[in-house]
Amino acid sequence: MAADAEALEQVRTIGEQYKYGFVTDIESEFAPKGLNEDIVRFISKKKEEPEWMLEWRLKAYRHWLTMEEPKWQKPQYPAIDYQDSYYYAAPKSGDKPKSLDEVDPQLLEVYEKLGIPLREQEVLAGVEGAPAIAVDAVFDSVSVATTYKAKLEEQGIIFCSISEAVREHPELVKQYLGSVVPYSDNYFATLNSAVFTDGSFVYIPKGKRCPMELSTYFRINAENTGQFERTLIIADEGSYVSYLEGCTAPQRDENQLHAAVVELVTLDDAEIKYSTVQNWYPGDETGKGGIYNFVTKRAACRGKNSKVSWTQVETGSAITWKYPSCILQGDNSVGEFYSVAITNNAQLADTGTKMIHIGKNTRSRIISKGISAGNADQTYRGLVRVQRGANGARNYTQCDSLLIGDKCGAHTVPYIESQNPSAQVEHEATTSRIGDDQLFYCRQRGMDEEEAVALIVNGFCKEVMQTLPMEFAVEAQKLVGISLEGSVG
Amino acid sequence: MALLEIKNLHATVDDKPILNGLDLTIGGGEVHAIMGPNGSGKSTLSYVLSGREGYVVTEGEVLFDGKNLLEMEADERAREGVFLAFQYPVEIPGVTSITFLRTAVNAVRKHHGESPFDAMDFVKYIREKASGLNVSDDMLKRAVNTGFSGGEKKRMEILQMSALDPKLAILDETDSGLDIDALKIVADGVNAMRSDERGLLVITHYQRLLDYIVPDHVHVLAKGRIVKSGGKDLAVELEKTGYAEFLEDAA
Repeated sequence: MAADAEALEQVRTIGEQYKYGFVTDIESEFAPKGLNEDIVRFISKKKEEPEWMLEWRLKAYRHWLTMEEPKWQKPQYPAIDYQDSYYYAAPKSGDKPKSLDEVDPQLLEVYEKLGIPLREQEVLAGVEGAPAIAVDAVFDSVSVATTYKAKLEEQGIIFCSISEAVREHPELVKQYLGSVVPYSDNYFATLNSAVFTDGSFVYIPKGKRCPMELSTYFRINAENTGQFERTLIIADEGSYVSYLEGCTAPQRDENQLHAAVVELVTLDDAEIKYSTVQNWYPGDETGKGGIYNFVTKRAACRGKNSKVSWTQVETGSAITWKYPSCILQGDNSVGEFYSVAITNNAQLADTGTKMIHIGKNTRSRIISKGISAGNADQTYRGLVRVQRGANGARNYTQCDSLLIGDKCGAHTVPYIESQNPSAQVEHEATTSRIGDDQLFYCRQRGMDEEEAVALIVNGFCKEVMQTLPMEFAVEAQKLVGISLEGSVG
Repeated sequence: MALLEIKNLHATVDDKPILNGLDLTIGGGEVHAIMGPNGSGKSTLSYVLSGREGYVVTEGEVLFDGKNLLEMEADERAREGVFLAFQYPVEIPGVTSITFLRTAVNAVRKHHGESPFDAMDFVKYIREKASGLNVSDDMLKRAVNTGFSGGEKKRMEILQMSALDPKLAILDETDSGLDIDALKIVADGVNAMRSDERGLLVITHYQRLLDYIVPDHVHVLAKGRIVKSGGKDLAVELEKTGYAEFLEDAA
């Protein structure tokens, strides 16, 4: 409850619409524009990858050429010219930095501006009692810094950029990369497999509980650049990790493609909590510019009693199109999906989840809160599939939509497929509006309109917000207010 | 200078005239009661004064502390010190009462150039106010008015009033839906807030509430105008005679 009011305080003091819209004038190194095998080879070479990695990329690229861009989604967009984009952009800094002291100070400034502490001493000097967070910062195509590495290594925890993992931990990468999202999975995931540039890699060894939150901040800076990061998290038997992902991008008039792939694997009794606060630039009020956020996120609960929990707060992007999913293979495994998606002005979103019940007594829980304002349009699309062997599978789905104003839309498209008669699948859905009476009640108590909307919407999303780690919850509540500015009246 | 001066107030709702030349002056420290039959414009008056959208003033003026009240937005009026205790308090799911209260109180404090309460200080501040109104910590943690009983809702209204410390409080049929015990708690809470500076406007259908919140002046509202004013005895008289006479007179 303290967080609510603090967040509101901050909302009030932030005047701008999108405060992360700045561009950093950092000298970058680009691969030539366009996409072909040479570019794939160029990226692989830049990353000093072994041959097997290059082969995998090329296999994906060749497969991609045979695929067609999907069109079944609700938000439509103008054709993307894949030859008119850069697939590799890296801050030019000569040799790789060996420590944070060697990182370009301008780059550090960017992260400071974003409110992300990269310097460990600053993290430690922060609020007393606040848990430390290890951060991997990805700037355009490369990871610029990973903090707390040494401390985590002592416990056998690997937290590094995926490029580094390919070089340093090839056996793990080979075993798990593409094992949840195969290179041939879908158009954008296949493209990612060919040209992914960086991202985070996490391995939690058996029985370890990761002592701090792990976090990656993604920042698109360069113009005409797609961001294709790849994240792979493996939680070995009996381990636990909470992982946070944050995203921002400068304000630009053209659309930029963000096609990431996230793969999670949990073995027996392991748990991954994956939280996202997505605040890519949403475009202006008329819909000009903004990020296309076409992302494939999937978790395989391979082990028995394992658990994956996705929490996402989606406030940015011109178009959000993604379905973080769980394949519940292990008996008694649990998948959870908690989502808040806010679309304002001309933003579009088609998002939801897939829960595939394969193991016995697998359980899944879906709580989706969609908020539409302005001319925005939003679709919840979710699949719950219970396969033949999934005796005793249970699902509970709740989809609530909140409309602000009368020009926006909300749609709910649930798909339920059950092949097992013992399964229990529940679906509840509601659609409501912010009432004039609620707004008036808040304003009669002295709150201005934007403060009132932020308060009411945060109340609507509370169930989901509560699942976020504390540090992120405050930021997320703030975002709710900011992204709905100007939505009433 | 009077706290509130209403002069020749005309107002419409959906183009239908509801208030037709209402005059009323409330001084600091005074308690005024407005009584009247259904449809006489009692609730409309409370919404016009608090600035609810859809209630359109077509003529007349309202001065609050010498300022033109009608020029202000609803939230500005609230921050300037106009409080409305709602007849039907509104539910806000997911927002705890204490968060709601703190957000409101801090909005008002900020307006007056005071520093906002942090969470800890506010808990102290509000507990002190809440104890007299029989509002438990548990109630403060529940979502605003969500699942509250009639009595709980009204107690929460009075707690909000106490926390916001307004110059003028308008109580719109605060007695509706209350049993006698709940009514006493609410009335005690209101009486505790009587002061030399604060003005109270108590809108009610029945005299019962006025046994507990004893007014200095009683006005009868009929067909959008004040048709009779008197002391507290007028309320007793009305309880016997009813409103029929005024309806005929005004017609």
